[in-house]
Parts: sequence; structure tokens; C-alpha cells
Amino acid sequence: MTISRRTLLASATAAGAAPLARARAQTPTIKIGVLNDLSGPYINTTGVNSVVCAKQAVEEFAAQKGLNVEVISADHQNKPDLAVSIARQWFDNDGVDVLLDVPSSGVALALQPVVREKNKVYLNISAASSALTGEQCSPNFVHWIFDTYMLSRSTGGAMVMDGGDTWYFITADYAFGRQLEADTTAVIQKAGGKVLGSARYPFPGTTDFAPYLAQARASGAIVLGLANAGADTINVIKQAAQTGLIEKMEPAAMLMFIDDVHAVGLAVAQGLNLTESFYWDMNEGTRAFTKRVLPKLPKNYPNSVHAGCYSATLHYLKAVADMGAAAAKKDGVAAVERMKAKPVEDDAFGTSKIRADGRNMVPAYLFEVKKPSDSKGPWDYYHLRATTRGEEAYRPLADGHCPFIKA
Amino acid sequence: MFGFSRPQLIAFLAMVALIVICPFILYPVFLMRVLTTALFACAFNLMIGYVGLLSFGQAAFYGMGAYVSAWTIKNWHVDASIAIALGGLTGGVLGLALGYLAIRRSGIYFAMITLALAQMVYFFCLEAPFTGGEDGIQQVPRGFLFGFIDLSKDMTMYWLVAAVFLGGFLLIHRIIHSPFGQVLKGIRENEPRTTSLGYRTDDYKLIAFVLSCTLAGVAGGTKALVFGIATLTDVNSSTSGEIVLTTLLGGLGTVFGPAVGAVVITTMENYLAQMGAWVTVIQGAIFMFCVLSFRRGILGEIGNLLKIKL
Repeated sequence: MTISRRTLLASATAAGAAPLARARAQTPTIKIGVLNDLSGPYINTTGVNSVVCAKQAVEEFAAQKGLNVEVISADHQNKPDLAVSIARQWFDNDGVDVLLDVPSSGVALALQPVVREKNKVYLNISAASSALTGEQCSPNFVHWIFDTYMLSRSTGGAMVMDGGDTWYFITADYAFGRQLEADTTAVIQKAGGKVLGSARYPFPGTTDFAPYLAQARASGAIVLGLANAGADTINVIKQAAQTGLIEKMEPAAMLMFIDDVHAVGLAVAQGLNLTESFYWDMNEGTRAFTKRVLPKLPKNYPNSVHAGCYSATLHYLKAVADMGAAAAKKDGVAAVERMKAKPVEDDAFGTSKIRADGRNMVPAYLFEVKKPSDSKGPWDYYHLRATTRGEEAYRPLADGHCPFIKA
Repeated sequence: MFGFSRPQLIAFLAMVALIVICPFILYPVFLMRVLTTALFACAFNLMIGYVGLLSFGQAAFYGMGAYVSAWTIKNWHVDASIAIALGGLTGGVLGLALGYLAIRRSGIYFAMITLALAQMVYFFCLEAPFTGGEDGIQQVPRGFLFGFIDLSKDMTMYWLVAAVFLGGFLLIHRIIHSPFGQVLKGIRENEPRTTSLGYRTDDYKLIAFVLSCTLAGVAGGTKALVFGIATLTDVNSSTSGEIVLTTLLGGLGTVFGPAVGAVVITTMENYLAQMGAWVTVIQGAIFMFCVLSFRRGILGEIGNLLKIKL
């Protein structure tokens, strides 16, 4: 812990030395780079909405504290080498201090050593891999709203508690799918449920899921677990609706967002269970946030990723305001330490804490998609089924084997 | 020297000058990306431009080269030169195995067989434990060259990449202008006639295929060290498609064309990234414009205009 303590002390002195009334012209500009998918499969889940939400946080906070903040964005096209190339360029030439969003696990992991080498700040919102705060963790990194462990914990554990105690999986036969199935199976068994079987389909390229759905029906399980993502999840749900399986089984998607539900439509998605850590119509705070940001969003209501971009930017700026922009620009680790030292507080997620390994402990909500007849207005899609508190939703610190924690 | 004609020698010297000057003006990591793509495109051009074999599976050799380089330097801590050489060797051996099957057919059938075999390699990479599935091999150290040159500085790495590119480029140039290269061109123009002259064309095609794949593996291995990653994108069929486009855009069958194509494509990818959703639209428009207005590719057209062979 020597390094972190030293940097903490350094940042504290820097913050103390910073005079309260700083001349605006002398404050160096903080640059936030949103690196996500602006043209591919994650365009709605992340995309331009993430940029708008980051800018929203800047508007709300930066001006009143006299901070100069600039938000720029780029499309990584889901290519890790392109992403690394852009990020290095941002850090070396363009003076970017924070990397924000970054969907797709391969890309997200590829950037981890780059940010560490350049001592900047990396706030990941939309990549699922729990390795980011595990074996490949970094002191420059915070993982904001979800990971694979939390998804299986919430969707698996909370559903068993709520009566869905026999499961059948339809699993994409590659590392991500198998991992998700194994993790969720462990959670289900621990909670007292049973997994009756699983059907693995070749990935990528499978479009006809009828045989797997037939096996699922024959198993007699209550819950149909979908250990896959993106277009595959949507295809399975559509076909399950067409074959009438939806009435017999409760489908549970492991990785899905509200914009996916919007794309499929309530008629098909009704009854689906999924986990997100933000829903716009959850409470006063989320509604207030949504009301403020909605007129600026070119498409869709905010999902948890977009709200996460807002929340992460806001919290980072609070840390910057505490320690002074110059100190925050100079030392990414110190800025992240400062973020960890402060409770996260905003309209979108309420209050949470960032753990030493960079895991933001926001609660996980299990939602059930409403029937079309129950939906009262636009985007009135979710009905809250269960809540898993942050401390229970994430992998315990010791099980992550994050190297810098032991040091 | 090396069988360069006068205009080619001038172009070559200009290229070397650019490679030396550019890192002081432009961002070296971006330039390394250009150079590795250029080497990959040049290797591909050896096959399509000079033998007339259109392969849709080059990413398999590039990607496997990247995986093997990344894996060996990360787990065995081998020297950077050895890691890159192993990448090339992997490309070559895989090329020998797949090429042996593929060159038995020509034209569209050859293209489809290479595509199918490359998809098998992709699937292997998706499932094999050592590739890390969709996460890829991450945090690959750049290591040391010859045991004592530390490559972690971008500029040092740049000179290595530049040397690898120029070495590969000169090798390809030498191959094309050797008697062996003449036979390859003969096969491209008229295979039955070349056979009737007493050449075993299948052997020639296989050797050209293996050479191209070896260089693709070298390019992949170098790229893995530059960025510290090897992922599924490298073996994906879209990478194969992109390299076909790169070579087409620069000019098929020109010595410098693929390098120019790589500069154009990589620059577009890099600098248009800020444009968001418009990237793919702009890229598409530029491709259509190029294909409609210069069919021989950029350098093919310039060469035709100046009546020289570039």
C-alpha cells in the first residue's frame, strides 16, 4: 500500500495548497475522451448518447466550480488495435486525461496497460469482463455499473429467490458464453436452485434456435437462461415468442439493455428478466436526471451505460475540483485514489462506494419487462423484481486476485 | 540495385526518406500501424498482383502470426526478434498446410477455399485456450531486441518496425524481379502455356503462397508487439477483406501500390474516428469514388499517366 498512501498524501497536499478562488484562465483544461462504438453493434447501447451524458455532467458541474472541461469522442469500431492507437494518440498528443465508456471486453482490456503506462484515468462503463478488476486490474481504473459476475449474481441468484429455481440454459459455445453459464450455475446452486441442462450452439453464425428451444421446453425447467449477448439474445427471444415458449418458461437474459428491449418491442420481450443498475423511471433522482438530459439525446432514453457515463464524469470532476485540475492532470493514480476516497453521489445511481480494486459498488436490479397492456407511456418498460445490494452483487475483493491490492 | 528501374529507385528513396522523417512530425504509433498494414498488403500483393491468386483468407496467417508472437514473448519471454520470426514461421507453416489444399483450384474456387480455411482458423482461435477467446492475448510486453535494446520507447520500436517493413519490402521486390518472379508472372498471364514450357506451376504457386503467408505472419507478429495485443479482430474475415481493399486501392501488381493503399486506409480509419457514425459512410463513399475513377488503383493510375512502372 506504500504507493497509494504516498500518492494519497501528495494529492491531499496538492488539494490543500490549491487556493479556493482560482483564476479561470490559469486552470488547465481537463480533457475527457469518450471512446466507444459509434457505427457498429453497440451504437445504441453506448454511442452518441454516452457522449451527451458525459457533457451533461460537465455542464452541471464544471462551470460552477470554474473548471475548464472538454469532451471529445471517437469510434473504435470494436477493433482493439485501432482503439489502442487512438488512445495513445489522445494521451501523447491531445492531452486527454480520462478515457470513458469503452464497450467490448477485448478492447477494454487492451487499453488497461496503456492507461497505466501513461498514468491517466480510465473509467469503464460498458465492458462486461470482470477481469478488469480481477487479474488485469489497474490502479488507474474504475469499473462503473456492471460486470459478468454481478450479472450472473443478480439474474441467477435473485430469480431463484423469487421462485425461478429450475433452469435450462441456451449458451453461445465460446469462452464468454460458457463462463457466463458456469458462473450463473454456481450462483443458482448456491441459492438452492437446480440447473436441469443446457444446449450449446455454435458461435458465431447460428440463427435458427428452434432445436435448442425444443430441448429447453422438454426439460420442464421454469427459467430459460440465455448465456449469450446482443443479436443472439434478441433472436432467441423472438423465436421463443413465436413458438409460444414464453408462456411456459420465464426467459432470463444475462446481458441486455433497455434499448434492446425497445428494439425488440414489448409484444415480444414481455416477461423477460434482465439485470441493469439504472432504470430511468426508478425514483425521483433518476426521473429528474432523465428529464434534464432527455431533450439533448438524439435517440433513445438513457440506459444504464449512458447514466453511468454521466455519473462517472460527475464523480471524476468532483475529485478534480477537490485536488485541483493541474494535480489531477499530472497523476492519474492520485485522481483515482481521490475518487475512491469519496462516496459516489448523484441523481442517477444514488450513493455508492468505489472499492480498492476499482469496482464501483452500485446495486444490481433485476427487472421484468412489462406486458404491453401495463405500459403506460413511452419507455415504460420495466417492473422491478428484486434488488441485490452492492456488497453482495460483486465478486469479493479477495477472490479477484488483483495484483496491486496485495502489494 | 535490387532490379529497381530509375523511377522505382526514386520512389523507393522517397519512401525511405518519408519513413525516416515522418516519426518526427507525425505520431509514431500511428505510423507503426501504417507500416505493419503496408507490409501485410505488400505480402498479399505478391500473391494477387504477381501470381493472380485472390485469397480471401490472409487474416488467418496475419492473426496466427500475431497470436504466436504475442504468446511466446509473454510466456516464454523470448527476444523480440525471435518472437517476430516465430510469427513469420507460423504464417509460413500454416500457409504451407492450407496452401497445399487451396492451390489445387483457381479463380473463385481458390478464393472460396481460402475463405473457408480461414474461417476454420478463426474458429480455432475462438475456442483454443491459449488465445484467450474474445478477450485475446493482452498486456504483451514489447521486450528487448537482441537482448539489450529496450523496445518500450515508441521511437525505438518504430525503427524496428521500419526495418522489418523495409526488409520485407525489398525481399518482395527481389522475388518479383528474379527469374522465379518471371515464372510467377507467366503463370498469372497464362498458366497452361507456362506448364507447356516445362514449369511445374503448382509448385511455383505454392512457394509464392507460402512466402506471402510468411510475410503476413511477420506483419502480424510485429503488430502484436507494437500494440501489446493479439485479438480475434486480427484473424477475422473482415481483416482479410480490408487487406484486399487496401491492395486494390493502392494498385494491384504495382510495387509501391499496397503501401500507398495502407497509408490511405489507415489514415482514414484513424482520423475519421472522430466523425462518429459517419466513418463508415465516408469510407464507403471514398471507396466508390476510387473504384469508379481510378480502376488501376492510385499508383496504377499515376504510373499509367507518367508512363512508368511503379
